[in-house]
Amino acid sequence: MRRAIFAVLVTAVGLVLLLSFKPHELTAVASPPSAVSHAPAPQHSAGEPPSSGRQDTAVPPANGTWTGPGATAGTTRGDKVATGDIADTRWGPVQVELVLSGGRMTGIRVLRAPDSTHRDLAISSEALPMLNDEALAAQSAQIDAVSGATYTSEGYARSLQSALDRAGL
Amino acid sequence: MRHVEHAMGTVFSFDLRPPLGDARRAVTEAVAWLHRVDAVFSTYRAESPVSRLARGEIPLDDCPPQVAEVLELGASVAEVSEGYFSIRPRGLLDPSGLVKGWAIEQASRILARYGAVNHCLNGGGDVQCSGTPAPDRSWRVAVVHPLRPRVLATVVAGHDLAIATSGTAERGPHIMNPRTGRPALELASITLTGAGLTLIDAYATAAFAMGDAARAWVERLPGVEAFAITAAGTTWRTAGFPGSAP
Repeated sequence: MRRAIFAVLVTAVGLVLLLSFKPHELTAVASPPSAVSHAPAPQHSAGEPPSSGRQDTAVPPANGTWTGPGATAGTTRGDKVATGDIADTRWGPVQVELVLSGGRMTGIRVLRAPDSTHRDLAISSEALPMLNDEALAAQSAQIDAVSGATYTSEGYARSLQSALDRAGL
Repeated sequence: MRHVEHAMGTVFSFDLRPPLGDARRAVTEAVAWLHRVDAVFSTYRAESPVSRLARGEIPLDDCPPQVAEVLELGASVAEVSEGYFSIRPRGLLDPSGLVKGWAIEQASRILARYGAVNHCLNGGGDVQCSGTPAPDRSWRVAVVHPLRPRVLATVVAGHDLAIATSGTAERGPHIMNPRTGRPALELASITLTGAGLTLIDAYATAAFAMGDAARAWVERLPGVEAFAITAAGTTWRTAGFPGSAP
């Protein structure tokens, strides 16, 4: 089974947002992605748009470019990069890039995350590293389905099963 | 091939793997079956045969034959579970605790009948897997941690596997302990595994009501294993539980 799970889950203030990754842009990585700084405090990068990220017309590239905790997880080198669609959340746009090796997700790069207020920064800084780890763990665990206390139609939307369904659909 | 269907107040996820057989027809028939079951057994629809039966408006003989089948299954599970499972949980007829697992197991058989022998069907967190996802590996079903959302508590691997979890994470305390008359609160969740989801799902509900006593009970059930997370966050599992760390 070589189906990569193009799905990452983002939690913010108790609400889980599902980001569906349609790998519309697969580009070979000839050189490693541009260096990502692990700044002690999140900061805006000065006009350095993501190398392979899709440009969003609604948001200036420099605004929301995430360089704080959780900016990268797993490997940064692979044979391909899949850039996710920009997900507009109520806190701001979120966009993630996945590093693929042999058809499997081995790394995550957060291109954009909410960072316009102190509260956004605090939430993103705490949530992103955790979510990246979970996404990589779920991928490496090669999960086909998820069992848990019976969810309602509403509960399904924030379930890991719905992420798997979106990835496979 | 994937399909997602809303029915019975929850969501059913179909995951069919090659050889697909007549997959499109298989899914169409299985989906139609789920909606038919909902129409007959829903306690939310005042005019469903089961609602009318519960109110005494019609006799069992006037209901579709599946109703009698489910009521018999309910009586059998009530006996095996020493009364911890009941299709009359609040005194009134309500076979909902049995219907979903039964409907999923039957839907799985429908898929296999049309040649889609390798599939995984998840109905609201209760899963029936058939065959294998690929020639070289088993189905892998994660159990989500009830106290730490997004964390996987364990991963169960197997062929032709049914797995059901009962817990309070999604709908709060809703399973009563018939011995105390109060909501069961000892466990945060319990996951049962076995061959067929009809019994496994109903047994999971009974086991949740039992609390820690479920461990000894499940050990006595042939072909059934359990993994529990207690309200305090500790875990236990029966000797043959087919799970591993994620």
